[in-house]
Amino acid sequence: MNVPATASAPPSIGPAASARGKEILRALGMLPVLVLLSIGFGLGTENFASLQNLSIIAQQASINIVLAAGMTFVILTGGIDLSVGSMLAASAVVAMIVSNIPGLGMLGIAGGLACGLAFGLINGFLISVVKLQPFIVTLGSLTAVRGMARLLAGDNTVFNPQLPFAFIGNGDLFGIPCLVVIAFAVIAISWFVLRRTVLGLNIYSVGGNAEAARLAGIKVWAVLLFVYAISGLLAGLGGVMASARLYAANGTTLGVSYELDAIAAVVLGGTSLVGGTGSILGTLIGALIIAVLTNGLILMGVSDIWQYIVKGLVIIGAVALDRYRRKDAART
Amino acid sequence: MHETPAAPLLELRGISKTFPGVKALQNVRLTAHAGHVHALMGENGAGKSTLMKILSGAYLPDAGAEIRIGGQPARIEGPIDAKNLGVSVIYQELSLAPNLSVAENIFMGRPMTKGPTVDRAGMAAACAGTLERLGADFGPNTTVAQLSIAQRQLVEIARAVQFDCRILVMDEPTTPLSTHETERLFALIRRLRAEGLAILYISHRMDEIDELADEVTVLRDGTYVGTLSRAELSRDKLVKMMVGRDLSGFYRKEHHGQHTGDVALTVTDLADGRRVRGCSFQLHAGEVLGLAGLVGAGRTELARLVFGADPRTAGQVRLNGAGPKLDIRQPGDAIRNGILYLTEDRKGNGLFLDLSVRDNINVMVSPRDAKAGGVMDGRRAVKRAIDAIRQLSIRVASPRVNVGSLSGGNQQKVLLARLLELGPRVLILDEPTRGVDIGAKSEIYRLIDELARRGMAVLVISSELPEIVGVCDRVLVMREGRLVGEVGGASGRAITQENIVAFATGAAIPEPAPMLH
Repeated sequence: MNVPATASAPPSIGPAASARGKEILRALGMLPVLVLLSIGFGLGTENFASLQNLSIIAQQASINIVLAAGMTFVILTGGIDLSVGSMLAASAVVAMIVSNIPGLGMLGIAGGLACGLAFGLINGFLISVVKLQPFIVTLGSLTAVRGMARLLAGDNTVFNPQLPFAFIGNGDLFGIPCLVVIAFAVIAISWFVLRRTVLGLNIYSVGGNAEAARLAGIKVWAVLLFVYAISGLLAGLGGVMASARLYAANGTTLGVSYELDAIAAVVLGGTSLVGGTGSILGTLIGALIIAVLTNGLILMGVSDIWQYIVKGLVIIGAVALDRYRRKDAART
Repeated sequence: MHETPAAPLLELRGISKTFPGVKALQNVRLTAHAGHVHALMGENGAGKSTLMKILSGAYLPDAGAEIRIGGQPARIEGPIDAKNLGVSVIYQELSLAPNLSVAENIFMGRPMTKGPTVDRAGMAAACAGTLERLGADFGPNTTVAQLSIAQRQLVEIARAVQFDCRILVMDEPTTPLSTHETERLFALIRRLRAEGLAILYISHRMDEIDELADEVTVLRDGTYVGTLSRAELSRDKLVKMMVGRDLSGFYRKEHHGQHTGDVALTVTDLADGRRVRGCSFQLHAGEVLGLAGLVGAGRTELARLVFGADPRTAGQVRLNGAGPKLDIRQPGDAIRNGILYLTEDRKGNGLFLDLSVRDNINVMVSPRDAKAGGVMDGRRAVKRAIDAIRQLSIRVASPRVNVGSLSGGNQQKVLLARLLELGPRVLILDEPTRGVDIGAKSEIYRLIDELARRGMAVLVISSELPEIVGVCDRVLVMREGRLVGEVGGASGRAITQENIVAFATGAAIPEPAPMLH
């Protein structure tokens, strides 16, 4: 039911229906870009639209989706987590090491998750309690955790051909790859936490106005600790997924510059780097755009030099378009 | 008027300034002479700052304004025009770059150059004389970050003097200064006056006006009230000119006298070691207590201490008369005890402008409403929002609308609704009607009255004296971090603007009226 809009209401506010329409339009965000890209590649290449290829795209996107979900929590509070790629590598190494313990192999999953969570908690502690800047803290852990990953792996690659949780990386559930199931479950849970819980409202509140949040009795430090812990935990999950897929992990090359794809997905999804606005569904779309673009360019036989250039330009262009459109929407 | 040397240096006539919905200045005039200190007085919101911003080129006046400088018609359309005409403004918020040297700051925007490079030595040499003449105890190569506030002020003055300033505008320059620093500043102002500058001095403080002013112009509600020469000057006259208007029908005080008299909140010796210096008071259930004082007197700081928003160094807060000492270290502690605070800066630290009206109203109450596992009760949240929209007549199409798109009055009601959903025992309202239109104002007054009638204890901080007088049963006046007086209640002094201004400015302590009625 609509609350009647009185004559004295500012003209910028239409009736409820139009407000909801605008909200849907905003939530759609980059979906049109994803659709256009898919249609373009579908017409431009033979194999893009095949079921097999779409499944590959989803698999390739899945780890980035998981990292980007954690990144969404962090960026919604106005922060940043540059260390997710390194945490992923360290977690993957830990997962592999534990999986090699006879009889306890399945604990590799828990080991990987715990490793990510631990690093995330350290980041969160330094940011929320010691009150250092997120950029600096996670830039530091980007490097330090990368070193730890190499240290843990003895600067080598850890293998486990009999990996007990290999199904995570290579199995499927009712025909859907497990990696994809996990990624979508993470999105669903994140959506629930952000949209349906007090904690979610507090995350948006802290990102929108930290001082107002403090005066409203919200424990800002606890919210910040939580989001970095979640980002670490999901990086740990990403590590388990990556190692399960490869039956191996190393500290040197695994997860390098993954943080950039995760940040790109979040920003493409319309989440403001200043914090306070954005959605997890936008992040999903953003991550899919990056995966579609990568896959489509490969299928078209574009050299990887040009892939880099095109990917970068599309990210900038899409975000510019979004800003422009939103400014326009605000004016009317 | 007393004898004046030749033509006035600065003449303003017919200055008006309209902002959307507000007439900040209406047909204001002012005449200032070289070699004089001209004080500009008025309550908060009287239009002093607007007038100053017109002089500095930050605002353009409405059509019909006439500005003459040195007898010549002048147009000030931007800060550069003001500088070229010799008008310099020293704001309360100093505008120096702390990482640069004194000389670099003085020459900021017009540095001396030697070929393609900045001539640092030349700039230092050029301003060294000015600094010395003004009595600076630091050199031109000192980094500004190392200077005290008083020294930084001197750098600003040096910047003005360096570029042949003729009219120097100072906005309450003594607010951040100690007594000793103030004396030094006054000595400097006298020297500049003797050198033939016209000084426009904005202040609230009577003793400063007594000390410095050759003339005083008083503004009230954006209009010109009058100008007094030094010979005509008296504190009584000034106070009357600054207040003196009648808006009594606008307010409601139906709850008055109904309050039970039970003490709801007892504050003892509260201090933060800086702006609040040992404040004690009691607040009763069903009472509207006012907290008055000049800007910077420490009212907001005191309220934030009670609420736990800032750390305190001393003092206690108790519920009721003899309740246990509350351990309030953060806002959550106060909130749990039913003590709520409405911020004076609703956009800066009140609202979440990107969130919906529903979320803004529910953000504080949602943990209480939540189901198991912290899951929000969405239906209840919508119901709370819709009920609040109806009860406070918030004009908004839907609870899903972002609060940032509402008008000031409706935003304020959303913020009030957020607090009222918690059912507070003690409600502290800091400038509850700031930036709010007349209609919403009267609705907020009615709400305050209603809350007190229902037995809530309400503390209202306001810089608008008519509002304080109109709404409150009793008023405490703060000056320089201390509670210096009480009017209304058992004090024997009537709640009048004159009594409050007298306490707030330190003009005189009004005698309690004899017990006539």
